[in-house]
Amino acid sequence: MDIFILQVLNALFYAAILFLIASGLTLIYGVMQIVNMAHGSFFALGAFVTAWLIGQLAGNVHPLLLLLAMPVGAFIVAVFGMALEPTLLRPFYKRPEEYQLLLTFGILLVLEDLMRVLFGGSPLAADQPMAPFGSMPVMGLKYPNYNFLVIAVGIAAAIGLWAFVYRTRFGVMLRATSQNMKMASALGLDVGRVYVLAFGIGCFLAGLGGAIVVPTQTAVLGMALDALIIAFVVVVVGGIGSLKGALIGAVIVSFVRTAGVQFFPEIELAVLYLIAAGVLLWRPTGLFGKA
Amino acid sequence: MAAMDKRQGRIRLPQVVGIAVVFAVGLALFPQVAGTYQTMILAYGLLFAIAGLGFNLLLGYTGLLSFGHSAFYGMGAYAVAFAARDLGITSMELLLLCGLAATAAIAVVFGLVCAGLTRIFFAIMCLALSQVLWSLSYKFFWVTGGTDGIRVKWPSLLGITEYSGGGAFQRFVHDYYYYVLVIFCIVVVGMWIITHSPFGKALQAIRDNEIRAEFLGVNIRKYRLIAYIVSGSVTGLAGALWVPLAGLITPDTLWWPFSGKLVFVTLLGGFRNFTGPIVGGVLYNYLEVYAIASTEYWQVVLGGILIVLVMVLPTGVVGGLSQLAAKLRTKEEPQREPVTDG
Amino acid sequence: MSLLRTVNLKKHFGETRAVDGVDFVVTEGEVLALVGPNGAGKTSLVNLLSAYLTPDSGEIIFLDQDITNMSVTGRIKAGIARSFQIVNLFDDLTAFDNVALSIFSRENKTLKLMSLADHDHEVNKETDEVLELFGLGGKGHILAKEMAQGERKLLDVAVAYALRPKFLFLDEPTSGVSTRDKAQIMDTISSVVRAGHITAAVVEHDMDVVFKYSDRIVVMSDGKILADGSPDEIRANKEVETIFLGTG
Ligand SMILES: Nc1ncnc2c1ncn2[C@@H]1O[C@H](COP(=O)(O)OP(=O)(O)O)[C@@H](O)[C@H]1O
Ligand SMILES: [Mg+2]
Repeated sequence: MDIFILQVLNALFYAAILFLIASGLTLIYGVMQIVNMAHGSFFALGAFVTAWLIGQLAGNVHPLLLLLAMPVGAFIVAVFGMALEPTLLRPFYKRPEEYQLLLTFGILLVLEDLMRVLFGGSPLAADQPMAPFGSMPVMGLKYPNYNFLVIAVGIAAAIGLWAFVYRTRFGVMLRATSQNMKMASALGLDVGRVYVLAFGIGCFLAGLGGAIVVPTQTAVLGMALDALIIAFVVVVVGGIGSLKGALIGAVIVSFVRTAGVQFFPEIELAVLYLIAAGVLLWRPTGLFGKA
Repeated sequence: MAAMDKRQGRIRLPQVVGIAVVFAVGLALFPQVAGTYQTMILAYGLLFAIAGLGFNLLLGYTGLLSFGHSAFYGMGAYAVAFAARDLGITSMELLLLCGLAATAAIAVVFGLVCAGLTRIFFAIMCLALSQVLWSLSYKFFWVTGGTDGIRVKWPSLLGITEYSGGGAFQRFVHDYYYYVLVIFCIVVVGMWIITHSPFGKALQAIRDNEIRAEFLGVNIRKYRLIAYIVSGSVTGLAGALWVPLAGLITPDTLWWPFSGKLVFVTLLGGFRNFTGPIVGGVLYNYLEVYAIASTEYWQVVLGGILIVLVMVLPTGVVGGLSQLAAKLRTKEEPQREPVTDG
Repeated sequence: MSLLRTVNLKKHFGETRAVDGVDFVVTEGEVLALVGPNGAGKTSLVNLLSAYLTPDSGEIIFLDQDITNMSVTGRIKAGIARSFQIVNLFDDLTAFDNVALSIFSRENKTLKLMSLADHDHEVNKETDEVLELFGLGGKGHILAKEMAQGERKLLDVAVAYALRPKFLFLDEPTSGVSTRDKAQIMDTISSVVRAGHITAAVVEHDMDVVFKYSDRIVVMSDGKILADGSPDEIRANKEVETIFLGTG
């Protein structure tokens, strides 16, 4: 029984992180119709910035205050993204998809090295915020209570995002733009502002994912690539452009993966990609995507 | 005269053949003037060019962006490595056959899965399928050696040469360069014919206007599938040829960023030109070799070039040059054609 | 003898009855005009006959064979070709290649991988002839996207014509061009079709053009066939007149 609970907790933890990454990716696609290959890099950037901040602050402030480094880190990523969107990406929305993919792939490459320059090539650990939360014994192992916080943040992000998109004025503008950009701008909507904010929110979510995950692992170069690909699997399963899809996709992928690690470790990743391929074949627009 | 003018725009075969022969002779003479290291670098460049030619049958001619061509390059390489290690094959010709057979086989399977999709869905499907192979190569380390990879010894070329003793490396590189060059020439000719065949025209028709192509009675799915299989096999051939030169195959070759590299190669040269991937392959290889050699931060260099490329030179080096040439030509000879015609 | 006929053909888009119980008959050898105000369902009828749309109900009979469930490719092989109201070409290919592709496809040569398209002399010759017929001789080397609108309209028809269909359905071959080009395009199409003894139906708005070029006129309105007869009969039909005057 305990092992079952432990696995469910692990899956939920992983789902929370995946949702943060994938919801941003899918939001950006939904509004701007651009597949952002650099999205994993925003996740990695969030991890690095936060780990660095924690490293600077640790010992000087109360450990619980270190948690503040996380939203700050995510915010820095968002600001960075908001600078990038109007300058580099926007000219490409009307160009063929190949160019969008290549542009963002180029950004991905540049960001990989930018992080190497800024934070050095070696992994950056930042587990100090975990200590004050203590842990809970499960199966003779200590399960860190901090992980519950991560799950809570994931749930809060899902609710917050839903409320934002469906319950605020800006959310209406966002949905209007995503449904018909020309119509929205003809109605006098400031489409540019919608773009920049949507991109900023997407980056914030990815950055937050990196920020809250970094105490439990280290920030390493290459995490951007892994995150991107798994996020792709999530949005493909859920349906690219759909927030509900990102949530369900994140849960499906994390549970499959958790089960995979336990029961079929050799083909755990292969199964994941095969699920993505199967969904694409069966319904290219995923479980919840629009045509 | 007028009848000749009307024919302009069609291929002038003798001219094309002439230019191709000049370049082939130039490439053949290269090892005579360059050292072993430079010869080897160019051989790698030609391999990228072969891979790019295969890839571009899909991107440039069929209008499908595969973000999973690492699967074919890697599969070709692994098949050669397996055949050399487990079957003890030492003849490069047999090894190539193994590599080609294996890539063609997965190209058929992947193709059947992908052929119904287009646009971003096609790209992601290719990505997912290639990642399946990558994850298997990574996890089944008792078969593939995992991240340690598989070492591949120098094979015999055309059954006549043994490479050991003093100067073996120099001799192998020298001979292997010509081996690669011959296959490169065959691939160039083959792909040129395919892209200029009725089939190639049908692919371009599908690329430009899928609906109208269907209304000519063209079975779109079938043509995409065939293009996919040819494309994958040619890229796989490059991978099979690459591994004896590299001497080692690891899962990195199957990993998706390598697919990005092939896209880069093709875009650098220009994907709307037949020669684009050739120029792109050779150029990209130099870029990578010298960027990696000169700075730790080579990804910035490559990424920066990619960004600049898509922004200011979307038709690639070859496309840009031919636009420039066309501009110069119209300036030089203003309106030579009679206006009275038609 | 009827070459093609439909029996109670229906296609609804939600509330819109685009085609609503149409019995459309085409007799072998005739040049027929299909007229009607915007939204009458003319394009939808073309789409149904060319398998671009599947009907909700009804039958399509071509050469005494039920082709209602036949695919696009099947109908093309059977001999039905169409052009498009909004020009639908291979924009990055030359005019020559646009037409040549039809011929390659018709001759089942598009699966040839290892021969040069440009070296098929029969196809080259026929392509040049077709271009010449449509007044596009000497323009074969121009990319489709770089041609003038009138030329593109003609090329669109030429691409369909090159399939050598038994029945050619042209959807507004003169829409979107100037009045002067219109007459020229219709002259060209009419002479090609009549010289080739091709059965054709042409969707057209301009009644002057219609009266001048067609053997028979079918009038559609609100998804139904309203009138069907010779140009003189239609000219005398008061109901048709009100419809066309009504829409201005
Ligand atoms: N794909 C479609 N979806 C929904 N409505 C359609 C579609 N195609 C046509 N219609 C509607 O069907 C009616 C007939 O259209 P159409 O056949 O294009 O008329 P015409 O060619 O005579 O102008 C119009 O009201 C049009 O809006
Ligand atoms: Mg119409």
